[in-house]
Amino acid sequence: MKMNGAEILIESLKKEGVKHMFGYPGGVVLGIFDRLYDDKDIELILTRHEQGAVHAADGYSRSTGKAGVVLVTSGPGATNTVTGIATASMDSIPLVVFTGQVPTMLIGNDAFQEADIVGISRPCTKYNFLVKDVNDLARIVKEAFYIATSGRPGPVLIDLPKDVTAMKAEFVWPQDVKIRSYNPTLEGNKWMITQAAHLIAKSKRPVIVAGGGVILSNASKELKELAEITDIPVVMTLMGLGGFPGTHPLALGMPGMHGSYYANRSIQESDLLIAVGMRFDDRVTGKIDAFAPHAKIVHIDIDPTSIRKNVRVDTPIVGDAKRILSVLNKVLKEEIKEQWGEVRNAWLKQIQAWKKERPLTYTYSEEVIKPQFVVEKIYELTKGDAIISTEVGQNQMWSAQFYKFDKPRMWLTSGGLGTMGYGFPAAIGAQLAHPDKLVIDIAGDGSIQMNIQELATAVINKLPVKVAILNNRCLGMVRQWQELFFSERYSHTKLDETVPDFVKIAEAYGAVGLRATKPSEVEPVLREAFKIKRTVFMDFVVDWKEKVFPMVPAGAAIDQMMFDEQKEKTEKKLKAVK
Amino acid sequence: MRHTISLLVENKFGVLSRISGLFSGRGYNIESLSVGETIDPQISVMTIVTSGDEQIIEQILKQLNKLIDVIKVVDMIDLDHVEREMVLIKVAPRQEDKAEVLRLTEIFRGRVVDSGPKTYTIEVTGDEKKIAALIELLKPAGIKEFIRTGKIAIARERIKKPSV
Ligand SMILES: Cc1ncc(C[n+]2csc(CCOP(=O)(O)OP(=O)(O)O)c2C)c(N)n1
Repeated sequence: MKMNGAEILIESLKKEGVKHMFGYPGGVVLGIFDRLYDDKDIELILTRHEQGAVHAADGYSRSTGKAGVVLVTSGPGATNTVTGIATASMDSIPLVVFTGQVPTMLIGNDAFQEADIVGISRPCTKYNFLVKDVNDLARIVKEAFYIATSGRPGPVLIDLPKDVTAMKAEFVWPQDVKIRSYNPTLEGNKWMITQAAHLIAKSKRPVIVAGGGVILSNASKELKELAEITDIPVVMTLMGLGGFPGTHPLALGMPGMHGSYYANRSIQESDLLIAVGMRFDDRVTGKIDAFAPHAKIVHIDIDPTSIRKNVRVDTPIVGDAKRILSVLNKVLKEEIKEQWGEVRNAWLKQIQAWKKERPLTYTYSEEVIKPQFVVEKIYELTKGDAIISTEVGQNQMWSAQFYKFDKPRMWLTSGGLGTMGYGFPAAIGAQLAHPDKLVIDIAGDGSIQMNIQELATAVINKLPVKVAILNNRCLGMVRQWQELFFSERYSHTKLDETVPDFVKIAEAYGAVGLRATKPSEVEPVLREAFKIKRTVFMDFVVDWKEKVFPMVPAGAAIDQMMFDEQKEKTEKKLKAVK
Repeated sequence: MRHTISLLVENKFGVLSRISGLFSGRGYNIESLSVGETIDPQISVMTIVTSGDEQIIEQILKQLNKLIDVIKVVDMIDLDHVEREMVLIKVAPRQEDKAEVLRLTEIFRGRVVDSGPKTYTIEVTGDEKKIAALIELLKPAGIKEFIRTGKIAIARERIKKPSV
């Protein structure tokens, strides 16, 4: 049967199992939106900004493992997606983004609402397509989903000229995809894996560093097994949180700029790093020449370009983390059969001592709400069973430090690009995919204003997303740097009286607004918010002077950490959540 | 260190910008680049001359390999190969230098492809050294401009040594 391009597109999406997409209409995609008007199988969620649509699809993807799908119009609609696409690209999140385009005839003519989105998005997509012939459309959609979700995942963009969506063709859904120039390596080299096993057997002070790749490849089970059979402690990068249970005795939390003292010390003292699905980002390594100076490095990653990009690697293993780890575990169990107990005891004892020496802490106050206290309370009340998204800045770092993730796909944060405005729409996407889960965006008063319009999306779709704003009336993280490195010259970071009344904003959109100004109000506000089955903004008026510690100054080695001096003086410690 | 990289790529629109974008986006430099069809019209071959230390070259090769439209990447340094480049050189010699220019052209197996009242245009093909040498020698005679195709390279047939 012949169909027009819009119909072929919708049919193709159905073949891919798409149930939800996020988008925003406009002139050149009217035909497609018309097809969606009475479609029973695919629901399009109208966001209030195209950036919100992409972040929502991203949150949907991170929380489910499926590709997120976006549909927007040409020109400004397309350019508004760029930040969202770049965010997904940096964190290897599979998205398929459809942008409308002016008719083929007009491309290149500076037509009304024309933007060269294929050119603009080239460096921040895994691949992109301009569909020139309706007969190619079904195949391109199939290839796009395949490219987005296979190998090292990432966003793929498909640009759809208006005339192509109107032209007719036979709908032929290809049986399978074969791209001769694209064959990601999945199986790790057995010889290398055996070599890694021998390095593990010989090492006295090993550390596993798990990144986002563990989550993307669904390798948590295999990673846990590796850690448990070998008694090796596990550090998780910002992207890797939840890839290994945060409450496990072998878990050391996050390394790097705002990592724990014991995670950074362990890396620096280790004689073997087993890096899994992480890419030695500069926020993790600090000064690169001083990073893990005594360690041999085993690097497991699906992307060969990640290997030896930033650090020297002794044993590179290219492939899918899940498959490689399961082979590695097998080799360790069947061929090495080492009794680790004795050797590891000394190392684990040493790490235990570091944990005691400097746990993650902050100074509790009776008078003013400490932001870390809010995160701790959220953890306590949700028992770690909520999907948490964050914005960027201090809110993100405190969430990473004080919330413990035991399961993967419960933590949504913009790691690579560090996009303010990510958290709220991402939470909306995750809530749509998990209607019965508690989904909380831990936000800053600066970031939340970057996509605050999505309140409308949450309310109209009855998505009971909770937003906990750690309201310090500042662009806190930048202010922290100014305090520490720019003699407290707060250039354009104090929002003060210009911070809007978040309770009123929430109410204006038909959501619920709650506020806490005293520490004693934190728990009641959270309890109430979690009870209400509606979108809730919680305005926590917190101590504006609070800083994220430990902190490794930019360019320093990761064991050159700064700590909270004030706290060290008063000694009024409150232990981090156990 | 200089490397000549030969790439087989899908002959699709946008491929060239993906490749040049990769070099510019990551701060690698391209000394020369040439593209053309292969025996299979769906595949183009590109020859890129670039330079960098060992780690940079490793990254360039891996990054090129990672591009979806790239079918095959070969670093010619690993292979016995033939390299050629063509230049067109426009010289404007004084009367007394004209004979010398023509003599040099002949020695370098070049050809005069255009001649006017004031200038000769010389075509010459060869490897890097040969072309550099000719340009050096022609300079005193007055080169007005030259234009180079960029290098192309092809692997030599591997001849199996007869087993004794
Ligand atoms: C879109 C964008 N613009 C600028 C920045 C730089 N930046 C990083 S953190 C930060 C401050 C964030 O302030 P806020 O959202 O209030 O969070 P806080 O640090 O106070 O928790 C800024 C401006 C960014 N990460 N993203």
